[in-house]
Amino acid sequence: MWNTKKADSPGIGIRKDSAVVKTCIYAFLIAGAVTMALPYVWMLVTSIKPLEEIQSYPPTFIVKNPTIEPYTDLFSMVPMGRYLFNSLFVAGSITLFNVFATSLAGYAFAKHKFWGRDKLFFIFLGSLMIPWQVNIIPGFVIVKKLGWLNTYRGLIIPSMAWCAFGIFLNRQFIYSIPDDLIDAARIDGCGEFMIYRKVIFPLIKPVVATLAIFTFLQQWNNFVWPLVITHTSNMRTVPLALAVLTGQFGANFAMVMAGAVVATIPMLIVYLMFQKYIIKGIAMTGLKG
Amino acid sequence: MEQESFLRKLNKQKVSYLFIALPAALFFVFQLAPVFISFVWSFTRYDVVHAPRFVGLANYKEILFGDPLFWTAIWNTTVYVVGVVPIGICLSLILAVAIDQKIKFKNFFKSIFFLPTVTAIVAVSVIWKWLYAGEKYGLFNYLILKMGFQPIDWLASPTWTLPSIMIMSIWAGVGYNMILFLAGLQTIPQVMYEAAEIDGAGFWKKFFHVTLPLLRPTIVFVTMMSFIFSFQVFEQVYIMTGGMGGIGGVLNSGLTIVAYLYDKGFQKFQMGYASALAYIIFMLIFVLTMINKRLMKSNVEY
Repeated sequence: MWNTKKADSPGIGIRKDSAVVKTCIYAFLIAGAVTMALPYVWMLVTSIKPLEEIQSYPPTFIVKNPTIEPYTDLFSMVPMGRYLFNSLFVAGSITLFNVFATSLAGYAFAKHKFWGRDKLFFIFLGSLMIPWQVNIIPGFVIVKKLGWLNTYRGLIIPSMAWCAFGIFLNRQFIYSIPDDLIDAARIDGCGEFMIYRKVIFPLIKPVVATLAIFTFLQQWNNFVWPLVITHTSNMRTVPLALAVLTGQFGANFAMVMAGAVVATIPMLIVYLMFQKYIIKGIAMTGLKG
Repeated sequence: MEQESFLRKLNKQKVSYLFIALPAALFFVFQLAPVFISFVWSFTRYDVVHAPRFVGLANYKEILFGDPLFWTAIWNTTVYVVGVVPIGICLSLILAVAIDQKIKFKNFFKSIFFLPTVTAIVAVSVIWKWLYAGEKYGLFNYLILKMGFQPIDWLASPTWTLPSIMIMSIWAGVGYNMILFLAGLQTIPQVMYEAAEIDGAGFWKKFFHVTLPLLRPTIVFVTMMSFIFSFQVFEQVYIMTGGMGGIGGVLNSGLTIVAYLYDKGFQKFQMGYASALAYIIFMLIFVLTMINKRLMKSNVEY
């Protein structure tokens, strides 16, 4: 879908002589880019400003006396390191589970025949239409009854249940793998799990990678579930911590912006590393980051 | 012989069930069961501490006929959706077409517009709250003053609370839709443009008579997704309007329907009432999706 056309073919195409249109396009794009960058630049600038400069008027983009104090404040006044660990641990576990569980299940749905397969798959698919508002109230009470409120189990295990999309995506890709390949492995004496590991998994690696990146992004940025089920500071994830920080230290703009920087940077790194997968993934499936 | 093959079949099925067991079990406990539980609870009064008490349709009746806040939230959500979706889609479509041209720094532009999609919406909201800050600290008000206009109270004024959130959401969503449109643009065959050019079509003619009609499936998809996502707006509202005194901003001017559900369910612990709200939201999204599908349906084949 992405590459049916040469990368630099002109598409709708402007005529060679229409310099005016071209100038307009550049002006539009540059204005847009500035608008996009401005909040990020302002975040970075504020996060290294000493208090006097934040309160001085007019506000400036050039910091006279840059300081890292907001960052040291951030890590000493709240357990920011712990929050980063929580987010990494929670998002990482969910991603790991999701990648293997959904590709294994996707294999069963695509290539096995078993009683109830199509009905079950239909239920999975149908669940994609249900908004989270419908699940969250009983979800909260179930987690409470299990005694999982404010625990890693509570943060991780219910989120693993959001696997319908992954199963669907994996099934679609595994479905297009020729049966002959699987039969050949079977004749060679491979068990089903071995087939999954040696034949299926290597072939769907690009899909798995895309799914992994998106699950991680989604879970890292997830806000509602941690908001609902945690109530002590040490269990908070980064976005939740940032929200609390804004409430508690709302006047200390530099520190709050330092928090925003810390919350944003890891995802920026993920994005820069996996740009191609992310763009392709969205184009392919309409996945939401 | 026949028995053996039956056993083998069963054994093979066992493996299949094993492969789907864990995700299926989790799915049933934490995803599917809650859908039914909240349906049952929507007919009860339930505060988590005491057992749910059946009240029939009382919750639905109260929401629809005795709860002005619900209608405030519905109104705000409608304004939000009607503002954010069309503006967002037009902007991202124009962006996609612009970036699809033969231009320099293509990837740079793509990346910068895409940036907010990989930033946690909570972080985005926190940054924008600071940009909107009142008096002389906020960057926006400084720029507005410099251009010679009156400063705006943004999040502190009932008139501007919702538009503030809307502007930010458009900013944050434009890059994501742009990527979808770019993907759609790649599917339009080059020959179509060439044919139009031979017929003497200029840039705008080509845009309206080739690009737009051929992009229709993408536009339908993006519109539907945008509707659903915007209708469920929550994080932005929570961060930008939520202070110590709850959520919704001055005079509830920023209260949206999901924010209202959160307030009822997780701050007032009226789980029955919140469940009924959840089902109303579910129905509204469902109906919206259907209407969208109908409106966007086209009998023309290209």
